[in-house]
Amino acid sequence: MSTQVTTGLQVRKSVELTIDGKKITAPEDSTLLDACRASGKEIPTLCYGDTITPKNACRVCMVELEGSRTLVPSCSRKVEAGMVVKTDTERTSHSRKLVLELLGSSVDLSLTKNVAKWNESYSANPSRFGAPSFHHDNRDDAVTGHHHSPDGQTAETVHQPVKIDNALYIRDYSKCILCYQCVDACGEQWQNTFAITTAGRGFDARISTEFAVDLTDSACVYCGNCIQVCPTGALMFTSEYEMRQDGTWNEPEQTQTDTICPYCGVGCALTLHVQDNTIVKVTSPSDHSVTHGNLCIKGRFGFQHVQNHASD
Amino acid sequence: MDLKIASGTANAEERNAVDSLLGQPSETSQGAQRDELGLRVSRGGGELRQLRHLLLPTLHSVNDRVGFISRGAINYISQRLDIAPAEIYGVATFYALFDTNERPARQVHVCIDLACRAASGCTEETIPEGAIPSPCLGTCERAPSVLVIETGVTVRQEVLAPATTKQIIELVAGKSAPIEQPIAQAAPQTPDASLVLLSRIGIVDPLSIDDYVSNDGYSALRKAFAIGAENVVVEVTASGLVGRGGAAFPTGRKWAAVASQPVKTRYLICNADESEPGTFKDRVLMEGDPFAMIESMTIAAFATGCQHGYIYLRGEYPRALRNLTNAIEVARSKKYLGDNILDSGFNFEITIFRGAGAYICGEETAIFNSIEGYRGEPRNKPPFPVEVGLFGKPTVVNNVETLFNVLPIINSSGEKYASWGSSGSKGKKLFCISGAVKKPGVYEVNFGATLRELINLAGGLKSGSQLQAVLLGGAAGGFVGPEDLDLELTLEAARAAGTTLGSGVVMVLDQSVNMVDQLQRIAAFFRDESCGQCVPCRVGTVRQQEALARLVKSSGTDNAAIDLQLLRDLGQVMRDASICGLGQTAHNAIDSALTRLKVFSA
Repeated sequence: MSTQVTTGLQVRKSVELTIDGKKITAPEDSTLLDACRASGKEIPTLCYGDTITPKNACRVCMVELEGSRTLVPSCSRKVEAGMVVKTDTERTSHSRKLVLELLGSSVDLSLTKNVAKWNESYSANPSRFGAPSFHHDNRDDAVTGHHHSPDGQTAETVHQPVKIDNALYIRDYSKCILCYQCVDACGEQWQNTFAITTAGRGFDARISTEFAVDLTDSACVYCGNCIQVCPTGALMFTSEYEMRQDGTWNEPEQTQTDTICPYCGVGCALTLHVQDNTIVKVTSPSDHSVTHGNLCIKGRFGFQHVQNHASD
Repeated sequence: MDLKIASGTANAEERNAVDSLLGQPSETSQGAQRDELGLRVSRGGGELRQLRHLLLPTLHSVNDRVGFISRGAINYISQRLDIAPAEIYGVATFYALFDTNERPARQVHVCIDLACRAASGCTEETIPEGAIPSPCLGTCERAPSVLVIETGVTVRQEVLAPATTKQIIELVAGKSAPIEQPIAQAAPQTPDASLVLLSRIGIVDPLSIDDYVSNDGYSALRKAFAIGAENVVVEVTASGLVGRGGAAFPTGRKWAAVASQPVKTRYLICNADESEPGTFKDRVLMEGDPFAMIESMTIAAFATGCQHGYIYLRGEYPRALRNLTNAIEVARSKKYLGDNILDSGFNFEITIFRGAGAYICGEETAIFNSIEGYRGEPRNKPPFPVEVGLFGKPTVVNNVETLFNVLPIINSSGEKYASWGSSGSKGKKLFCISGAVKKPGVYEVNFGATLRELINLAGGLKSGSQLQAVLLGGAAGGFVGPEDLDLELTLEAARAAGTTLGSGVVMVLDQSVNMVDQLQRIAAFFRDESCGQCVPCRVGTVRQQEALARLVKSSGTDNAAIDLQLLRDLGQVMRDASICGLGQTAHNAIDSALTRLKVFSA
């Protein structure tokens, strides 16, 4: 069943499996998502990021696997020889539709890519759970294992005020789908700073510093690697946030310029996002073999000197 | 790690609580009172990170001593274990028995779950002021029940059940609870030495190993050593024993899988996080016959080659904790535990690990995270625990009742054990009967007894009671109606009837019980207990609860049809797409009430 394929200098074994009735081969250690995408299937993903070990928390990428009682998350399930996978069945469509509805009804997905398109293709209607509730209990004070009984007249949301506690970036957890990517990027997968965690449990689970202290009191080192991986716009450069508030954010007009960070000898790759000849934010290519999208505070935020003009 | 510690310093009590578990910090370690030279040295980072599994016990220690986990306490623990404060906060806020805000030393937890609210109408709204509403406390046979925790140098935990409103008010005011009822009262068939799983309940002193030994104790372990590990697995496989926690996985197959792993460091976990509403069988076994638990764990470890065992005990079982702690100490002192047990050359140790109020930690992979000092969120499967479990090593996870069955299997034989029960469900089964019966409690029967026989065994319905419904298997199980009384209680018959035996809950509800209220409680329970990791469960349990709240008003109207469809849709996505069994079963009982009992109509 297994054959060997040569990719570059490495010899990787490959396995044969069936996706939607078609036999395909995929490298061992790849995921069902990789295999599906390689064979041209479109599978929606929300919590998946290409630089973080998949948490498979959102459950929108579920596929049907023969012999499995439940659907399986394609983003993290590894391919195995002989698997028979279906990506487009009544069950997978139902799950994707409901996940889109559950998230769409509880989280502000207005800045999450592709959601409108997927809502349409899966006939998802997030408003069917009722009008969103914007009550303002502080989610940071939620008591684990307790909640106020709902009356069913509104659909609970994770709405809460935007956290603005430093000059560099804001945290708008009304947009947070709990993909865990920021926690993993801050913690053991990239930065090893551990400034943020998931706190609480269930619907009250939230990304937080210890005791929800301001970032300035936390261990945050402002590397911005959490912003880099955030898929929903919950974490955002203050510059972008303020321009969006002012209505001046104009993404189609922006240019992206790749360059090298000038600060130290590591030579991290930067992508400068420029609008009206002003740098409005900095990202880093996630496929860069050295940094994988990660920067430090200087590369991420230390760009003002580039645009200090003598006349300013 | 380069820790950044925000404001907040542990007081002497908090430091003592931490140090009592971790020992005094050495002069150069983080958190120690350092002199000028000490400030230039930092020791122990790598060493400390091996101690992360002490995080939950340390949090317990602080919570036991001062009643809550302060900023200062988290900062001190952070330095002692080299874990960032944010991570500790994430773990501390995962558990309902902990609080990160200051609170009174005395907490009166009043059960508002299914059996207790059916018995007494205890709800969030009706419990006395100052009491804390609690999910099932596992004393359903004498509902309604209360757990008092009074923190201090020695933490005091008392269970009072049944409790009147007047008594609860007195408990809140600081009065002590009367001495708890005898353990055997929870098992009305006892004392009866001819029982198989409950044979010693009410007969032996649970604190006495001599009593235990003179009542067949440690005969199975001796025999296991005599026949050898492989033959123990053979007998258990031949017995047809399947897991009693609810999932009914063949025990022999699980043991064989671990025994054949190339990795030699292996762990055994006894899942004693009995939290399924309506379940209390494991509590009775652990309280009444704790040495049997130690013996059966030792046999399981011997058979599968495990060197260390953990008992993951739910935090709300003080008497089980006391009796098991004693049993481990005594067994160790008599060479039934530790190195070279009974001169067999086999070494085995057991550690009790206390849960802290999280139903999800009964999920086998959530246990791993909880013990390792992380949030008790379930892990992905595969890899399965038999290959990659606790600390990444092959791990056997068995429920308490499952392990108790090993003793009769080894003492007689797998074949003999398999002669009990039905063709598809072998052996003895404990059922937890609560609600409107004359003698609620744990009952031992052969698989195959009918529901009617079981209810009759429990003395039949209370006088004046008419059967409305029976909840089988707990909140994750399903309701059946009076027409199902002849259902044979076997795994296969339950499956064929579209229901489940789950953990053995048989909660008998009479006409006085408000079924809508029961359903709303089940929905609230799953919402509270969802770990929050995956969307179908985290949001689905909330939407399910909201839809039920609407149905209370709209039942019988056209609008009801919409919400009934919505519930079916939610049920399907939770069942199909949740990470673990909690979300996958969070709609089962509600679904059964809608389809079998027609609680709401469109």
